[in-house]
Amino acid sequence: MRPFDYQRPDGLDHASLLDRDGATLIAGGTNLLDLMKLQVETPETLVDINRIGLDKIEPTGEGGIRIGALVSNSTCAADPRIRADWPLLSRAILAGASGQLRNKATTGGNLCQRTRCYYFMNIDMPCNKREPGTGCSALNGRNRIHAVLGANENCIATYPGDMAVAMYALDATVEIAGPDKASRSVRVRDFHRLPGERPELDNVLEAGEVITGVTLPAPVGGTQLYRKVRERSSYAFALVSIAAALRMEEGAISRASLAFGSMAHKPWHDLRIDAALTGAKPSDALFDHVADLLLEDAEGYGENDFKIPLARRTVKAVLREATGAST
Amino acid sequence: MSKSITLDQPDERNLLDRMAQGTIGKPRNRLEGPDKVSGVATYAAEFPASNAANGVLVTATISKGEVVSIDEGSVMDMPGVLAVISDQRMIARPAQGGAGEAPVQQVRQVDYWGQPVAVVVAESFEQARDAARRLKITYNADDAGELVLNPEDAKVWEEAPDTETVQQGALPQAMAEAAHAIDATYTTEGHNSAPMEPHAALAEWDGTKLTVHASLQMLNYNIDELADSLGLDAENVHLLSPYVGGGFGSKLGISPDVAAASVAAMQLGRPVRVVLSRQQVFHSVIRRTETTQRLRLAADSDGRLQGFGHEAKVTNLPEEEFAEPVTQASAFLYPGQDRVLKVEMARIHRMTAGSVRAPGEAVGMQALEAAMDELAEKSGIGPVELRLRNIPERHPSDDIPYSSRRLAECLKAGAEAFGWDDDDRRPAQRREGEWWIGTGMATAARIHNIAKAEASVTLMEDGTAVVATDMTDIGTGTYTVLGQIAGEMLGLDPADVLVRLGDSNLATGPGSGGSWGASSSGSAVQIACEAIREELCDMLGCKDEDLTLKDGFAIHSNRRQSLPELLNGRNIEKLGKLEPGDTEDDFSQASYGAFFTEVAVNAHTGETRVRRMSGAFGIGRVLNEKTAKSQCMGGMVWCIGSALTESMMFDRRDGHLVNHDLAEYHVPVNRDVPHLNVIMVEERDPAASPLQAKGVGELGICGGAGAICNAIYNACGVRLRSFPMTPDKLIAELPDI
Repeated sequence: MRPFDYQRPDGLDHASLLDRDGATLIAGGTNLLDLMKLQVETPETLVDINRIGLDKIEPTGEGGIRIGALVSNSTCAADPRIRADWPLLSRAILAGASGQLRNKATTGGNLCQRTRCYYFMNIDMPCNKREPGTGCSALNGRNRIHAVLGANENCIATYPGDMAVAMYALDATVEIAGPDKASRSVRVRDFHRLPGERPELDNVLEAGEVITGVTLPAPVGGTQLYRKVRERSSYAFALVSIAAALRMEEGAISRASLAFGSMAHKPWHDLRIDAALTGAKPSDALFDHVADLLLEDAEGYGENDFKIPLARRTVKAVLREATGAST
Repeated sequence: MSKSITLDQPDERNLLDRMAQGTIGKPRNRLEGPDKVSGVATYAAEFPASNAANGVLVTATISKGEVVSIDEGSVMDMPGVLAVISDQRMIARPAQGGAGEAPVQQVRQVDYWGQPVAVVVAESFEQARDAARRLKITYNADDAGELVLNPEDAKVWEEAPDTETVQQGALPQAMAEAAHAIDATYTTEGHNSAPMEPHAALAEWDGTKLTVHASLQMLNYNIDELADSLGLDAENVHLLSPYVGGGFGSKLGISPDVAAASVAAMQLGRPVRVVLSRQQVFHSVIRRTETTQRLRLAADSDGRLQGFGHEAKVTNLPEEEFAEPVTQASAFLYPGQDRVLKVEMARIHRMTAGSVRAPGEAVGMQALEAAMDELAEKSGIGPVELRLRNIPERHPSDDIPYSSRRLAECLKAGAEAFGWDDDDRRPAQRREGEWWIGTGMATAARIHNIAKAEASVTLMEDGTAVVATDMTDIGTGTYTVLGQIAGEMLGLDPADVLVRLGDSNLATGPGSGGSWGASSSGSAVQIACEAIREELCDMLGCKDEDLTLKDGFAIHSNRRQSLPELLNGRNIEKLGKLEPGDTEDDFSQASYGAFFTEVAVNAHTGETRVRRMSGAFGIGRVLNEKTAKSQCMGGMVWCIGSALTESMMFDRRDGHLVNHDLAEYHVPVNRDVPHLNVIMVEERDPAASPLQAKGVGELGICGGAGAICNAIYNACGVRLRSFPMTPDKLIAELPDI
């Protein structure tokens, strides 16, 4: 670990002002501290934002709910309102990490969680995400956990988290404060990026910006499932995960929203899938069509080829469960 | 003042059952448990040392080549940095278990990615770690294209040095003539011991004597390994390992931290602490080799094996003699006069392969027992019945008898406790929602060894006792069981027996390894106590069979006298010595057992969850029911890891380990482990040790992954021959949904 300055402001203005020129925000630190020990992250200044507030869960005027950026994953998952009206979010959070980690991890920090790519986390290896221009070691290396959607030769890393996948399905909005006190809102579905030509950028946060909260729109009801496939039943990142919020009326799907985790550089959401499901009667043909839409451009890189059939099987399992079709 | 027993004959005296205290075998809690869970127990790196500096190893980022230069100037100006050391006395590899001499030491000749090449010492750990990362090293790397980095690239396979090749009869003919034959090849991936406490050492040098607090399993060998590495006399090296936070083989020999801390302390003249990072624990110490195993089973129409073949391929670094003895249990477990057993090894440039818990059987038994399940299916004989029909009268190659062997009883007791149905073994019959449910079983077998052991026991004038040996407790319960043995023999509550371990100045024990610790050290304690009893008999003028020691009193001829009264101000100190003898060669000795498990396989995702697991084990005398069962449970947890998740993943291009931490190398977590039902089958084995106890520390791993493999087949009809059995392998075989 390299020496760094440490500051702990008491208010947001001060924090966002500091978030420039080599300063890095730390909240729960569950990801950042590991990366600092590995020297994957080498901030010159660490700004601890744990005392700036932003730790409330509050209703919005429109029937939604606003989760402060510093609300811990444990608190969010256990909140009675979240559990009752947005159970998908609660389930996704509880599918991730461990109790101890969820106690520390925060809503804003979790959105900024970095990839678990073996090569990104090892500074002896070339990695375009860590050091742009050095190449992607995973492309022809060990890539069992890597992306099959939206990747390119620059980077095949995945966004590994669970919470954000549920937020994609729930169409959440990320609230961001800028250094000049201006604030903006970004749909979470637009918050993370695909690698493109800039794999070093995980999301659209600009220098000096800080996430202040996440807003969920009014509850959508229906069946809400989070399915996380992994060989170890806890404390493991997903091979494939699916968040599904789906409502049935008179034998047909009246509303559907699906998002997919550990498949791409960002949680994956495809409007065509939601549209194809909405208004349709559940059937294996429909579910196969959904899988086709999801995977039509999927590309494996060797060891992760299995994620393509795994995602097909898993989305069908989730849709059968959510629609009450037989398993 | 000592008593020695050489085990040339089975020890039929069964002393412990004659004693009156009644503590032996009881499920006593581990004495040091509360200290460990409350943080009071002091592990190697935690010993206070004033003015200690901190060293961090610098490890190679090439798989073969040489260090051309180390630019000390690149870090010496950094705050707190004291030294950059790349010394010929450091070690480039860990010592193998029981080596008793220095391992390969040329740290500047790189043979694997992760090899220590230098140690950077600074005032603080953080300064040392930063400097270690920044240290500029120039390598002259061999062309990766010409290196053999992967087993699949190896062209030269040599016969393994330490495993006997058996070529008996004509196996191909037996296979051709067999009523039922199986010829199948299985693969296992590399495993890491992944102990919770990383390897760590704190060395102090006074100009003549070196004192090292380290996390080590076998101090008697470690002393010589370290002294030889440093060019010191063994008398001038003092090792202390009172607590070891798990070893599982990776701390059998000295690890690179031990030599590096010692060299640095000697150079700087102040204490130096070196703790391996979690990543270094994974890539700089020991791996279990990956294996490829061909099993050939030739059975007659009754399922009785006439031919038996087990051939394995393993790997290690050049110059290492250790080769995973994959066929170790295959040599004695099943019959078959036409017989081929062989282990071949290739030299590849991956980190050192060595002993990981139950070297040999851990991977050999899971493949063998998966093959036995295939034979059971092919022959239409129930899996338990097939195994009961294949318990040989005498060792199939050496023609010697078995010592006590409760395999049949384990198979029956385990089957009954589990509710096993040996008759209907049709696969894919039971479905619960998305999940296929199935059952599987396997035999457990692990060789039994004892080693030369000494222990000192002192009966104190106040009627308490002190046991002292350099034996270690690596979490197994050594402190507790040695106290129980002395308590039983001397008629004391174990709470009145102080057990001192893990100090190389104490009597020479065998160390913890090969499941031999309790039966060897425990026998030495028993022998020392016998000598104390003899002296008490002399004092009382009675024979040993007439002396009862119980609750701190000596009783004979209707007289009852307290020990302090009898001792009258003196202590009695005796040294007990155990020597292995002819029973080693006269009997085939092993611990046995049987696993039964039920698994659920998700028909959609290929995820496998173990729903319940039972194990019945015959380990000779049980010294402490709780610690023995805990060893078996721990082993069964390892079975789940070996079956479903554990795999060291090396980059095939450069040989580096990619999943070098506990986030990506997946050992089972609590949620993966169901209730584990452990049954101890009553047994005494007089040929195994004077205690009539056998090894238990490793038995629980030996075969259980095969039971899970068999249960997966029974659940969903997919017969996998590749461990670990991950979802990707299952969905490739499962039908579409």
